[in-house]
Amino acid sequence: MKAASQPRAEPNCERLLVLDPEAQAFADFAITDLPAFLGPGDALIVNDAATLPASLRAAEDLELRLLSRLDDGSWLALTFGRGDFREPTEMRGQPPRVGEGERLDFGRELSARVLSVDPASPRVLCIRFEQEESELWQALYRAARPIQYAYVERPLSLWDVQNGYGARPWAFELPSAGKPLSFETLFRIEARGVSLLHLTHAAGVSSTGDPLLDARLPLAERYEIGEATAHVVNQTRARGGRVVAVGTSVTRALEAASLSGSVRAGSERTALLLGPGSRLRVCDGLLTGMHEPGTSHYALLEAFAPRPLLDQSFRHAERLGYLQHEFGDSCLILGGSLAGVRRARDAAA
Amino acid sequence: MDISGTAALVTGASRGLGEALALELGRQGAKVVLVSRSRSALEPIVRRIREQGGQAHALEADLGDKGDVYPLAGAASALVGPIDLLIHNASELGKTPLRLLLDTECEDLERVLAVNLLGPFRLSKIIAGSMALRKTGTIVHVSSDASVSAYERWGAYSVSKAALDHLARIWAAELGAHGVRSFSVDPGEMDTRMHAAAMPDADPSTLARPAQVAQKIVQLIRSDSTPNGGRLEAAQVAGSP
Repeated sequence: MKAASQPRAEPNCERLLVLDPEAQAFADFAITDLPAFLGPGDALIVNDAATLPASLRAAEDLELRLLSRLDDGSWLALTFGRGDFREPTEMRGQPPRVGEGERLDFGRELSARVLSVDPASPRVLCIRFEQEESELWQALYRAARPIQYAYVERPLSLWDVQNGYGARPWAFELPSAGKPLSFETLFRIEARGVSLLHLTHAAGVSSTGDPLLDARLPLAERYEIGEATAHVVNQTRARGGRVVAVGTSVTRALEAASLSGSVRAGSERTALLLGPGSRLRVCDGLLTGMHEPGTSHYALLEAFAPRPLLDQSFRHAERLGYLQHEFGDSCLILGGSLAGVRRARDAAA
Repeated sequence: MDISGTAALVTGASRGLGEALALELGRQGAKVVLVSRSRSALEPIVRRIREQGGQAHALEADLGDKGDVYPLAGAASALVGPIDLLIHNASELGKTPLRLLLDTECEDLERVLAVNLLGPFRLSKIIAGSMALRKTGTIVHVSSDASVSAYERWGAYSVSKAALDHLARIWAAELGAHGVRSFSVDPGEMDTRMHAAAMPDADPSTLARPAQVAQKIVQLIRSDSTPNGGRLEAAQVAGSP
């Protein structure tokens, strides 16, 4: 499937592939049709993490991408070598070895000390910035850029990688499932009696350029679910409403928070991997981007729909020119969503 | 709105009304982010708030610079959490002495609009989405008598404030049903550096003190009866509780 090569100027033009695992059917719509698939008593949950500028340059041949912020205020970071975003990550030069105790400067205002180097991969560092509080955040925003993608035509600005409702900058890459949701669409969904809820999940990097490291993704990422969101999600389930997650990050947070039954509010970390055969305790449906077989995102879709239906519908989407990746088209997987379509088809047959 | 524990952002907080608003919010228990073009000018105010037991942070940004706005919003919510109270107080008067429109350079008007109108729009656009999602939040636009009266020589500033008042109304019309309040407030004539720059011959003893005006504005923010989308005058607010 082709990648979307730039952010869309008009998100309402994006396409929506709707999969109904119950009907074993799929059909094409536009993202503005999303409200019609949700109704009174349902809940739609978004990830309200804003996206950090997570790419820092320490030297011409040394880029650091922030991976995770640890509870003690230190950060995990991944080094990349010579080259820039125009080269796919796997084609980048080998980064220089960085040792424990080394000091890294990112321009004049921001610096960090290397606390440790991952014994399994010298590219994974634990660092601590030497600035604190407002000096740190101001310097980080000045020195860093958003993580860039080889398939995007032009360098991305910070505003290109945000969702309209983002608040705390926890995400290292855009939680992109929410990107096509305009407020017009979100307010129309609410007007149908759907609870529009949020949680915060520190969505991490999607690619390291190293298959061994990629196999370790996703890292344990922090998330926070507020009391109100947990309560309404549990109530929605108890009353027979459907819970639809916007994005894989929301799915993982909700499922991780409900391993003991209902969704628990709080702030935790999870490395929960979902895939074929996973039992979903909370999420009935998922709004996500278009993904390719073989990725962890695609595997997560298999928790919602059987592989043959996914393969068939994504091949169809590719033929129709759907676009994938951060700025691409969307896919809704929701049981019963095409019941009307199936009835019409059966009647025609 | 309960001020205690509220995450507040005040632009133009290095002096005058902005400084007074930040101090008052800090005193009432808000987590305050103070913004101005100079970090060093904010630091003594941040220290004062902290010495009084409050929570405050300084961030440097030029609201007239598009590239400064996302970093400001991101750093602010990293420090104090999603912003609940946004006060657009930073203002650009334009070239002084104030001049007739025919003597106003287009570039000077652009700069005034960039700081007084586009900057607040950009910052609200980033922050109000989260407010609408959370069904809570207040946006305050500091206006001026010049937004309704056509005074000679106040052209650039006047049109920017008239547009800002209307921006406040439209945010309220679009987001009121989603729990977000937006209003503008005319602080009246105050003894500030901006007032001295605009009207150097005014007698400071006849002007209101920024601290008193700040108390009245915070009273409007706290009150549930403040009309959403309203244009209010600080002078009409009864004395502090």
